Amino acid sequence: MALDYEESKQKIIEGLKKKQKTKSKFYFNDLSKILNAKPREAKKIVNRMVEEGLLEYWSSGSTSMYGLPGTGKQAAAEHED
Amino acid sequence: MAKHETPMLDQLESGPWPSFVSDMKALAEKRAKNEEGIEFQIPTDVVEDILGVLELSYKHGRTHWKHGGIVGVFGYGGGVIGRYCDQPEMFPGVAHFHTMRVNQPGGKFYTTDYLRKLCDLWDFRGSGVMNMHGSTGDIIFLGTTTPQLEEIFYEMTHNLNQDLGGSGSNLRTPSDCIGQARCEFACYDTQDLCYDLTQEYQDELHRPAFPYKFKFKFDGCPNCCVASIARSDLSFIGTWRDDIKIDQEAVQAYIGGELKPNGGAHSGRDWGPFDIQKEVLDLCPTKCMWMEGKELKIDNKECNRCMHCINVMPRALRIGDDRGITILAGAKAPILDGAQMGTLIVPFIKAEPPYTEIKENVIEPIWDWWMEEGKNRERLGELMKRQGLQKMIEILGVDPDPRMVQEPRSNPYIFWKEEEVPGGWKRDIKEFRKYHQR
Ligand code: HEM
Ligand code: SF4
Ligand code: SF4
Repeated sequence: MALDYEESKQKIIEGLKKKQKTKSKFYFNDLSKILNAKPREAKKIVNRMVEEGLLEYWSSGSTSMYGLPGTGKQAAAEHED
Repeated sequence: MAKHETPMLDQLESGPWPSFVSDMKALAEKRAKNEEGIEFQIPTDVVEDILGVLELSYKHGRTHWKHGGIVGVFGYGGGVIGRYCDQPEMFPGVAHFHTMRVNQPGGKFYTTDYLRKLCDLWDFRGSGVMNMHGSTGDIIFLGTTTPQLEEIFYEMTHNLNQDLGGSGSNLRTPSDCIGQARCEFACYDTQDLCYDLTQEYQDELHRPAFPYKFKFKFDGCPNCCVASIARSDLSFIGTWRDDIKIDQEAVQAYIGGELKPNGGAHSGRDWGPFDIQKEVLDLCPTKCMWMEGKELKIDNKECNRCMHCINVMPRALRIGDDRGITILAGAKAPILDGAQMGTLIVPFIKAEPPYTEIKENVIEPIWDWWMEEGKNRERLGELMKRQGLQKMIEILGVDPDPRMVQEPRSNPYIFWKEEEVPGGWKRDIKEFRKYHQR
């Protein structure tokens, strides 16, 4: 069954906000876990959220992560917070 | 006069090799003079500042680059790697110094006109420093600022017919050997398969959702010119399953010295007359070749297609006619776990467009498995180690094959499951007691 976009979107936003205190960047796996979905299904939702500017990418060059826009502070990548 | 003193870098130039320091100094000077009158879109002295920050890193014994960043072009989660300097006041030219990965053409064929266009674009909107090519295969553009990214992307995609490559947790830019375009050893059309999969998997290339990077590489034959066996999560190596074709007259011509071995490649000094016994037969790893009078014989079922004899006597020996691909999985450089070479998972598969079997029976089941089971930053090869070759075989739905055993004792643990055994684990105790006492 295809996931409902609006519902999934809310789940991800809430899920990430809840963890905001300790973490600002998330692996793709963390997102599919929040949705409790197969990776390929989750990817459709995540892609659309990026397109709509609700999520943004962060990359070290070798690994990619996702975050809510404006929250993926550089300091977090250098383990400062 | 150089902007920064760089005594340690200068010392590197004294070695006997071509020096990147000399190259960068030459480029810095060229930008400073700007005889072509380019309207540089990023600081003119960017190259001087790279040299400066590198010298400082040598002095401090630590890097002055920050770790990663949130930059890219719209719709893509790869292809751009954000780089920021942590000493921007000292080196403003490299405060922002993002890398772009450019998807190299198949077989790395270029026209000079196209190369010039790439260079012009990068001189105008970037540092002018580039690397041809990274070990992933792509063209690396080193150093530009955020506002230039979309401009460069637009120019490449609209006027140069050129896409960005992969980076991050994506499918990386697939890369192939020159193949059938110029090489008689090619057992399949590497460029066609590379291009086909690049188009088919655009989403995987540009939008990251894998646990980590994933690489495809295509070698037309076991000579492995792009080293797929060592550098790609899925390595496609051309092979054949019939016999090596022998031209006995040409064999004699090699023996008689009319034809030069190895296509004349070993011409640096006089190695003496060609000795087929010593240089070919004795070096065959499976010892499956011999001479019967004037006839060269090969026991083809023992041949492991190492390519040695064909490389030495290309006019006399040819790859077979029933051609296809061997697929290996799991090669990687050391990061979480040690370095690994690929493990054979598909001994032979035909390589014919539209490659449906390769896509649906090999690539996609492997991705589904790895995306679900792979831990963050775990490469396919590490997952294979963690869950075992048997799991991989199950995913592919193939039978275990002795050719999957890398060498004795490395991965021979294949167990029967109850449903695979006639009658399962249950036994008729009366029948059993007929043969075995209590
Ligand atoms: C002038 C400076 C630099 C040069 C010449 C350079 C060159 C390269 C090259 C040639 C590659 C290999 C690409 C490939 O495999 O195709 C590479 C990869 C990489 N570079 Fe750099 N680089 C530079 C600066 C940096 C900086 C400052 C960082 C980090 C802050 C960095 C991080 C990386 C990473 C993480 C990769 C691997 C990406 C992957 O997973 O494939 N590089 N670089
Ligand atoms: S890998 Fe084989 S087919 Fe490809 S270029 Fe090298 S020798 Fe030729
Ligand atoms: S390809 Fe290698 S293994 Fe096969 S016959 Fe030639 S030397 Fe022997």
